[in-house]
Order: sequence, then structure tokens, then C-alpha cells
Amino acid sequence: MKDITPQSCPVIANHIKIALVGQPNVGKSMLINSISDAHLHVGNFTGVTVEKSEVLFDYKDFHFTVVDLPGTYAFTDYTIEERVTHDYLCAESYDLIINVIDSTNLEKNLQLTAELMSMSKKMVIALNMSDEAEKEGIEIDADYMSELLGIPCIKVSAQTKFGMENLLEELVNKAKLDKQEPKLIFSEAVEEEIATIVDYLTKHKYNAVNSYRNVAINLLKNNKKTYTKIHDNPIWTELQPILIEASKHVELHHDSDDIKESFAEEYASFNRGIVAEVLNIEKVEEKKTLTEKIDNILIHPTFGIPIFLFFMWSLFQLTFEVGAIPMEYIDNFFGWFGDTIGATIVNDDIRSLIVDGIIAGVGAVVLFVPNIMILFTGIALLESTGYMSRVAFLLDGFFHKFGMHGQSFIPLVTGFGCSIPAYMSARILKNDRDRLLTLFIIGFMSCGAKLPVYVLFVGAFFSPEMAGNILFMIYIGGAMLGLIAAKILKLTAFKGEEEPFVMEMPKYRLPSLKLIWHTVLTKTLMYLKKAGTFIAAASMLIWFLSNYPKNLLLEEQYAPKIEQAQTEKAKTILENQLASKNLEQSYLGNIGKFSEPIFAPLGFDWKMSVALQAGLAAKEVVVSTLGVLYSVGGDVDEENSSLITAISKNIPFASAIAFIVVIMIYLPCLAASTVFTREAGHIKYFFYLLGFTSVVAYFLAFIAYNIALLF
Amino acid sequence: MKIKHKEYKMQKLSQCNRGAKVRVTKLNAKTDLKQRLISFGIMKEAIIEVLEHAPAKSTIEVKVGKMRIALRAEEADLIDIEELV
Repeated sequence: MKDITPQSCPVIANHIKIALVGQPNVGKSMLINSISDAHLHVGNFTGVTVEKSEVLFDYKDFHFTVVDLPGTYAFTDYTIEERVTHDYLCAESYDLIINVIDSTNLEKNLQLTAELMSMSKKMVIALNMSDEAEKEGIEIDADYMSELLGIPCIKVSAQTKFGMENLLEELVNKAKLDKQEPKLIFSEAVEEEIATIVDYLTKHKYNAVNSYRNVAINLLKNNKKTYTKIHDNPIWTELQPILIEASKHVELHHDSDDIKESFAEEYASFNRGIVAEVLNIEKVEEKKTLTEKIDNILIHPTFGIPIFLFFMWSLFQLTFEVGAIPMEYIDNFFGWFGDTIGATIVNDDIRSLIVDGIIAGVGAVVLFVPNIMILFTGIALLESTGYMSRVAFLLDGFFHKFGMHGQSFIPLVTGFGCSIPAYMSARILKNDRDRLLTLFIIGFMSCGAKLPVYVLFVGAFFSPEMAGNILFMIYIGGAMLGLIAAKILKLTAFKGEEEPFVMEMPKYRLPSLKLIWHTVLTKTLMYLKKAGTFIAAASMLIWFLSNYPKNLLLEEQYAPKIEQAQTEKAKTILENQLASKNLEQSYLGNIGKFSEPIFAPLGFDWKMSVALQAGLAAKEVVVSTLGVLYSVGGDVDEENSSLITAISKNIPFASAIAFIVVIMIYLPCLAASTVFTREAGHIKYFFYLLGFTSVVAYFLAFIAYNIALLF
Repeated sequence: MKIKHKEYKMQKLSQCNRGAKVRVTKLNAKTDLKQRLISFGIMKEAIIEVLEHAPAKSTIEVKVGKMRIALRAEEADLIDIEELV
């Protein structure tokens, strides 16, 4: 590598900013990951990258900034994500475009490339998945393609990291070179018109940044930006009739009244030409691909939906059954840990804060890590194999009846993991009404953080054989409620035309174990981090509120009684009485008491009321709060100190059912509500959501409570 | 596959049977949807193969080039085709 002569500012001189563009699901994010060892979320369905994300890394003497833009089929602004890409490419400043192309589907991918070529930016094409293409017997002559297009084309594979070095070298090269006009050739009719416009521009010495050819193409294509620019120029009055005539000619040539459609056809025929030149397919035999064989079963008109339901049922069975195995050890560990730490602390208050507050609270949340991991693994598999789109296909007819869109399924399933990415992935829906409707329904899909609450209550009230089924029922029940709610909203608040359903069904891919493990690990660590910080702080707060103010009078009343107690048993009973009396007159007790009348019709005691309110901050806090409240409150005998036992002993069955119902429906956590408001676009929607979920939760919990009372 | 080609030419993509191979002759969709279809490769002269129907024929799966696309019956109704024999 030659020395780079430092220019005016070395930092800027060596900085290369790259916009990464490609159709959905061609492996853009994975390419960034392999080029820079970053860790972006990679999935196998449309719309994983809903927001642009930046990755910084160094190569040789260069600082690279790569902006990963959401995938876009064409250079339009049909969906929000496409708008993000469109606006970025048009308005922001960057040095280079990497156009990522799926080598196994060259012709389709070139459609976007052709459009990018008329942008007059420096560009490098990354022919991704070249290993997969080779396996399918597809051979691309990359050198010839570079020559034909006037754009360097580099074979790479993000999966095996093949060709990364070449790509980086080419980027460095290209960044140093001057802009080169790509060789985009149109049909004779269009070329004729371009020539006319170019002639006119040359004659009048029009002052343009880009080449006249480029300006002419964009004018013909009806490009807004070029139009507004030339509109203020004096030549406009003369140019306009020429343009109108030219467009008519082109449209006539294509037998269409839509210039965009005409150009799309132009690009398509140009691409067919390129593909015919550079592509060589070995095996022409029309064998059914593996994807088609799998699809024959998985999207079977009759068996498709039952198979899907079976997969979901299995996932929840696994979540409960397998997740329960390590729970006992974790529980024992925290019990032992609390005792050991507690023994070293002399001061009563501090010991109580550490053991009953922090350790009990955090422990209650950590207990559910195995369940969370299993659930996230399932969702990651669903995302990365390509099955998600099949389910959207299967369910669209059904969803449609409820006024929803088949593609709503993707955000909805993501919602089983966490509402936050779910709200963001709702952007794949183009129509604002459909998107808002989906946003309102996502909360009905119980998120991962609600799982601990369910596991706790289901474990306390149902036999282990039934638990997995009940869990499945809770999730499916939530989803059903969501659909009904969708129908009601569609008939009332979100009336209107429906969005068309046109969706790509990606090829099935076996996800790499590393990828799955990475996704699950990241999410689990996030959960644990939350447990260590936010939940620990919340536990301390709850502990404080439940221990203060101290009532010395009460202590004095009980002290002599406890002293005089004859047996150990009587003593423990008295001590517990004191503890619960203390709790009742604490700050938390007062808050609970204050709100108790509101929740009384649902059969909640004040502790449950408090836990619910704490859950507004984060759903994990429900469990940690219950953990704190019941560890302070009153276990009678030492052996059964687990929270599950405490719950089953202290909470009546009907109240527990009502509690589960409220948890299923009421407002998502603080973080999710914030994202919801942002995605919905106005604060008023937050209040709608608050009102809607509260009313529905209360109403349904009331019914559930009264039905459960009959048993 | 045991699909027998019928004598008459079909008009709409929505009316096609599984396994049918057709050529697009016209898109009757409105601008937005038309752009969407085009960006998926569904445009005049494109060759489409009908792969699968969802329950109750509400949605169909077609293949354009190497890409599989799911379409609702309402959208398929806007695509004029002629059957290739």
C-alpha cells in the first residue's frame, strides 16, 4: 500500500463514509458483522433493520463508517423503512454506496442497482452469498460484470467471510478515484429522448453538478429533486414542452400511462441483458428446491396452521418443563447466598435491606433466566429460518377477517419476546391505520418479562403436568383477545381501506448456531443487566417503602408478648403478626390500602395491588415486589420459604386468575410505552392506549374473577 | 403435478390454479401498489408461476424469477395475465 499523503485534515482525508444498500434479506447486516466484527441483529425476514444503524471500524489507515440502511426492493418510499433509505440516500452526505446483492437472485437484485446507478454516486457492488450461488451451480463473471456496469463488482460471502479483504481494498480504491459514470443503457426510444434533452442542456450551457446525461435521465424519470432544481432556471420555460413531448414518446413506446412503470421496464430489460452476459447456470434441471419441498408441508392448506400451532405449543411446553429444571438450584443458591451474606451483617436494618430487599428482589427475577432463554431461542429460530413469513402467509386470511394484515404477524410474534422491537418492526406496515392498529394490539402478546409472573402463578396453582398447557393457553388466549380487540378497533377507531398484502417469502435458511446463541445471549444479558440495576434499585425502593416508617409503639406492644411466649411456635406466630402489622402501616401498605378499593372487585389484596402498580415500571418488578413483600410478610415455617409456596398460601385461586388476566392486558412497561408513543407519533396515542388497556384489563379481570369464584 | 391446461385463456392471476405458468399482460393496480408489484418483479411480460394457495384461497403464493411472493386474492385480481401453454 502506498503512503497516503496527508491532506489538509488527515482525519477527514482518511475517513470513508459508506451507505449500505440492498434489497431486504440479502445479508446486509451480516455483511457489516463480518466486515467489522460488530453485532447487529440478523434475521431471515423482511424488515430486521428497521432503523439505520452505524458501525465504525478501522482498516489500514482508514476510518470507516458504515451506515446499514433498511432493505428496500426499489428506490421508492412505499413503507417507512423504504422512506428511511430513500431519504438518507438523497439527502445525507456519504462517500460511497455498497450495493449488496444476493448472488443467487441476480436479476431481481439488479432492479434496485439500476435505480441506484442513476443517482450518480460512487458505488461498489458486493455479490453476497457467492458460496451459496456456487452450490446452486450459478456462476457469475464478476470481472465482466464490473466492465459492463462500470461499477466494481466483488464476490463475497458474509457467512464465510470470503472476499472481505477484496471488498475493503476496492472501497479504499474507489474512494480515492473520481466519480465514474455508470454504463446504464436504455432502449432506443429512451436514448433518443435523452439525447434530445442532453443536446438542449449543452446548447444552453446548463450549470449542473452531475453529467447532462444524468440530469436528462432524472428529468425523464420525473425525479422531484432534479425538477425543483431546474424549475427555477430560466431555461425551464423552453425545456418543459420538450420534456412533456419526451415523456409522451417514452410512455407510448411502453404502452403505458405511467412513466415510472415505463422506466421499471427499461431497467428490467437492461438487467436481462446484463444477466444474459454474466450469468452461467450449470444445472438447468427443474428440480424442486428444498425450500419448495419444505413449503409443501409447512404451508399446506390444511395442515399448515395445525403445524404452526403445534410448534408454538411445543415452545411453551419446553419453556415450562425444561426451564423448571434449573429453577430449584437458582432458588436454593439465592436462599443460601442471602443467609450467608446476612450472617456477616450486624446491623438489622442493613441486613434486611440487603437480604430481604436486594437479594430477594433480584433473585426472584434471576430465577426465570432459563425460561427466558428458551423463549428467546424459539423466537430467534422463528425469525432466522424464514418460517415467520410462511406463518404470515397462512394467517393472512384469518387475520384479514379481524381487520388485521398478515404482515402484522411479524411484529406480533416479536411481541412475545419484547414489545420494544415489536413496536419498531410494525414499520413494515405501510398504511398508517394498519400500523397504529397493530401497535395497539402488540401489548396483548405477552412479552418475555411477563413470563416470570405467569410461571410463578401457574406453578403455584396448577399441577406440573398442566402447567405447560396453561402457559400455552395464556399466550394463545392473549393473542385471541388481541384479535378480538383488533376487530373492535378496526370497526370503530381505525375504519378505512385496507393495505394490500404483497410479501416476499424468503428461502429457508438453517441459522448458524453462533447467530442464535448470540441473539439469545444478548437478550439474556440485557435481562440480567436489568435485574442487576433497575430491578435492584426498584427492590430497594420497595423494601424501603415497606419497612418505613417504623412504628415503635407496635414494637413495644409485641416485645413483652414475644418474650413471654411459651413455645417456639407461639413465638413465631407472634413475630409474624408483628411483621405483617408493621407492613400494613408502612408507606407501601398505605399506598396499597389507598388503591385497594379500586382492585377489591377483582379480589386483590393490597400487596397484589402494589405489585401491579410497580409493574408499570417493568413487568419483572411485579415478581420482585411480590418477592420482597412476601419475604417480609410472613412465612410460617422455614422449609417452605419459596415464593411459589407463599403465593399459593396467601392468594386465593380466583384472585390469582384475575391477576394473570390483568398482567396479560394492562399497560406495557415504561420503556415500551415510550417506544410506543414514539412509533405512534403522538402523545395522545399513549393516553388512548392507557385508557384502552386499563378498561379492557379491568373489565375482563372482573369477569374472570367472578367465573373463577364459581369453582 | 397433474394440472391439465384448460382450453380458454385465463384473465386474472387470482383465477389461476396451482402450478399454472402465466405471462403478465397488464397491471390494473393504483400507482402505489403498482410500484410495489413492479419492485417485486411483477410487471408486464414477467413470467409467473402459481405455487400454492392458502386456506380458502385467500392468499396465493407465486414465483417470479427465483423469488417467492405472497399475494392476497384482492391484489392478484388486479393482475391481467395470459396462460402459457
